[in-house]
Order: sequence, then structure tokens, then C-alpha cells
Amino acid sequence: MIDKDNLSLHISQQFNAELEEVRSHLLAMGGLVEKQVNDAVTALIDADSGLAMQVREIDTQTNQMERSIDEECIRILARRQPAASDLRLIISISKSVIDLERIGDEATKIAKRAILLSEEGESPRGYVEVRHIGEQVRKMVQEALDAFARFDADLALSVAQYDKTVDREYKSALRELVTYMMEDPRSISRVLNVIWALRSLERIGDHARNIAELVIYLVHGTDVRHTGLARQKPAGEAGDNETPAQN
Amino acid sequence: MRHESPSHGIDLDALGRKKQAFNLASEPVTLEVPGLSLFYGSKQALHDVRMNIPKHRVTAFIGPSGCGKSTLLRCFNRMNDLVDGCRVEGAINLDGQNIYRKGVDVAELRRRVGMVFQKPNPFPKSIYENVVYGLRIQGINKKRTLDDAVEWALKGAALWDEVKDRLHDSALGLSGGQQQRLVIARTIAVEPEVLLLDEPCSALDPISTLKVEELIFELKSKYTIVIVTHNMQQAARVSDYTAFMYMGKLIEYGDTDTLFTNPAQKQTEDYITGRYG
Repeated sequence: MIDKDNLSLHISQQFNAELEEVRSHLLAMGGLVEKQVNDAVTALIDADSGLAMQVREIDTQTNQMERSIDEECIRILARRQPAASDLRLIISISKSVIDLERIGDEATKIAKRAILLSEEGESPRGYVEVRHIGEQVRKMVQEALDAFARFDADLALSVAQYDKTVDREYKSALRELVTYMMEDPRSISRVLNVIWALRSLERIGDHARNIAELVIYLVHGTDVRHTGLARQKPAGEAGDNETPAQN
Repeated sequence: MRHESPSHGIDLDALGRKKQAFNLASEPVTLEVPGLSLFYGSKQALHDVRMNIPKHRVTAFIGPSGCGKSTLLRCFNRMNDLVDGCRVEGAINLDGQNIYRKGVDVAELRRRVGMVFQKPNPFPKSIYENVVYGLRIQGINKKRTLDDAVEWALKGAALWDEVKDRLHDSALGLSGGQQQRLVIARTIAVEPEVLLLDEPCSALDPISTLKVEELIFELKSKYTIVIVTHNMQQAARVSDYTAFMYMGKLIEYGDTDTLFTNPAQKQTEDYITGRYG
């Protein structure tokens, strides 16, 4: 169990500075990616192709940040041979960057769908779900990054566990949209674009969960991936058996 | 530091320590320290140390200068007997027998528990005579036996190929790394059970260091090895188990992977990550 204050206590001041710097770069990248997600969803709902273009432009910037943060991590590994919590910090950052970059990619895909949909003009079905799930995954990304910034494993666990709610809502939205398509085959191409956007949002939720799991690893040294831990119910919600997670 | 998760009731810290490649509790024990204190005059250098050194494994002792790790190492073959005013309380059991009981043959103990020091200390004799020195002391003088011992001990110490054509040259003509491996050959020639290495690489260059580390890896199939090192990366590289000592106390002892990725004690964490203690 470590906390954030630990970062600045190395005998080597230079090492303190390097760790703090790479961590703040990660959070800066996170902020940018979070904005991408937010803007992509807004662009889709408001049929704002200008905003969607901006989302795609930010993507080059996040890609660049992924590379430079990775370089910093490699340099620290090579020169400092970090151990224990320092090692876990570098590994968590280096892996989180991959997830952030993919979140950026998914946001870019949503932006692409937004541009296609804005060209079609008519406001199609499914926007309520996009807005709702979009808000949920944006919050997951934001909280995963907050958890990283504060080394808050409890918050991270909530984020990881929340992913199953998003998965459930994604599935029910899909069912609904499939019904629309059956009722009105002319809507298929439009609704498919919405489904692709929802799919991207669901993937963003998965990446946010990955980051949250890395925060738990960072703080506790516990690898909770594939343990089912993140799918367990929080202790306080015992008795709520009506909505079992699928799969 | 245990952490109670307030919102989820899941002990994440405990979960992190479940899976271990090595499990100290299930290892056969070579050296058992059921409780050992040591005093230099009135100053207590070891405080009730309790640990088991597992058989045919490499155990590393790390800790800041003066933490007692070399002192503890020297207890294992009673080298501290030679220090004036040194007093030991407690016991160390080697294969179940207390080495501090009355009537122990200390020379025989040191044959069973060999030691290699920081600076290579070959005798000013030939390479050959260095290796067979311990055997000659035991009264073995048959040339055939000695020749065989020289060959396998030098092979065991990964030095044979480099010196086989000049066995009768002076050992002092070898490089530092070769000298250290010669000293290890000399130590294993008498077929000990335990090898104590007291900072064996601190006077060696990185390449020689790697050769000695490679040798340690090969030797552990036959010997129980205990190494004291100031180089934490070295401890992480060569050992199966690591003990962290501080101010004469054993703070944390466990499998090396866990200790270097997720130590349980804050003092260990601070030391291995280079923080203010």
C-alpha cells in the first residue's frame, strides 16, 4: 500500500523529478483523451461535424504523447532500475498509456460516425442511449484518472466494477436498436452508425476499467485482472440479486 | 501496512501476496536460526533474529551498512568467535545440530560451511595449491585424488577453461574476477554444504560480477548459498529469497520476487527504492 506523497521522498532529487514528470504527463494525456470522448459524444448528438474534426485532430497529439511517455518510462527503467512501488508506478504508467491511446482511437471512431451521421441530416434513433452511455464511460475515464492521480484504489475498484453496468446497458441498447432496424429497414445504415458509436463507447469503458485495475496494482501490488474481483459486488450491495452480470 | 478497504470490504493487500513462485514455509531447511542475539561488548548487534535458510537455494541479505547482515553471516560458521568481546546468545542449527553447542569442532564446521570474502584472498601459491589447500590440511596427499579435485572444483567454479594450461603458475597472476572464482573453487574443493558469500563481487568489474553470479546460479543445485550484498540489483538477480535487515533486526524475509515488487514493510520499501529511512 503506497500513497502519492511517497513519490517525493527519494534520496535522489533527480529521480523524484523524473517520476513526478512522467506521472503528470500521463495525467495531461488523460485530460486530453477525456476531452476527446466528451467532444466525440457531443459532436454525434449535436451533429456537429466541426467538433468531430477537432476530435480527430487531437488524436495525432495523443499518439505523440503515447510515444514520448513510453520513452520516458523506458529511460527510467534503463537508468534507475526502479523497485517496488516505483517499479509498479512505471509499469502502470506504461500500460495505462496504451489504454489511453486506444480510448483516443475509439473517440476518433465515434467522431467519424458523427461526421457520417451529420451528413445524413435526420436525427436518428438511439441518441438517448449514446448520451447516457457516453456520460457513463466519460465518468469512468475521469474517475480512473482521478484514482491514478490520487493513488486511490477504492475509487479504482468502483470504476472497475462499474464496467459491468455499462456492458449491461450496452446490450440492452443493442436489443432496442435491432428492434428499430426490423421495424424500419430504411433506418439500417443510420442505426448501424449509432451501433458502431455505442460499440466504441463500450470499448472505452473496458479501457477505463483496465486503467482502474492498473491503479489497484500500483497501490496494492495486486493483479486483479481476470480474477473476477472487479465483477464482484461491492460489500454494501449484498442482496441485490436481480441483475446478475452476463458472462 | 495493512489496508482496510472502507467501501468494498476486500483485502487487496492480502490478495497480492497469495501467489508466490517460492514458498519459504515449504522448503527443506539447512540452517535454522530459532532466535539469535549477538553482542559486541555491551553493544547489541543482532536482536533475536529468527529465520530458516532453505536448502539448495540462494538467500540474500540486504540492508544498510552496520545493519548486522555480515555479522549474521559470520555466525553461520562461527567466524565471530575470533572477535574480542563478541558474545552470542541463542542457537543456530545446521541440519538440526546446534553449531554453538559445547564440543563442536569449529574447523570441521568451517569445512561444512565455507566462506568467501569481499576481496579475493588467494594464497601466494600456485593455482593448483590454492585449490587443494583444504584437502592437504585434511591429510589428503594422493596426487590422483588431488588432480581430480582440482579439475572438478575449477570446473565447478567456471574457471577451468581459463587456467587449465597454467595450473602451476602463481594465483596472484590472475585477474580479480578469476581470483574470486579461484577462491570459490578452493572453498568448494572440500565439499561444503553451505557457501557463505560476503559481498563477493564488490571488488569486481561488471563482467566478472556476472560470471560470479552465473556461477552462483549453477552452484545452488549442490550447495545452500547465503550471500550478503550491497548491490540490490544483484540480490534481485541471484537470490531466491531475500532478507532485509535494519539496525540488527530482521525486518522482512521472503521470496525475492515479492520483496522487490511488493514488499510488506515500509522500511523495506524505503530502502530498496532509495528513500529516506
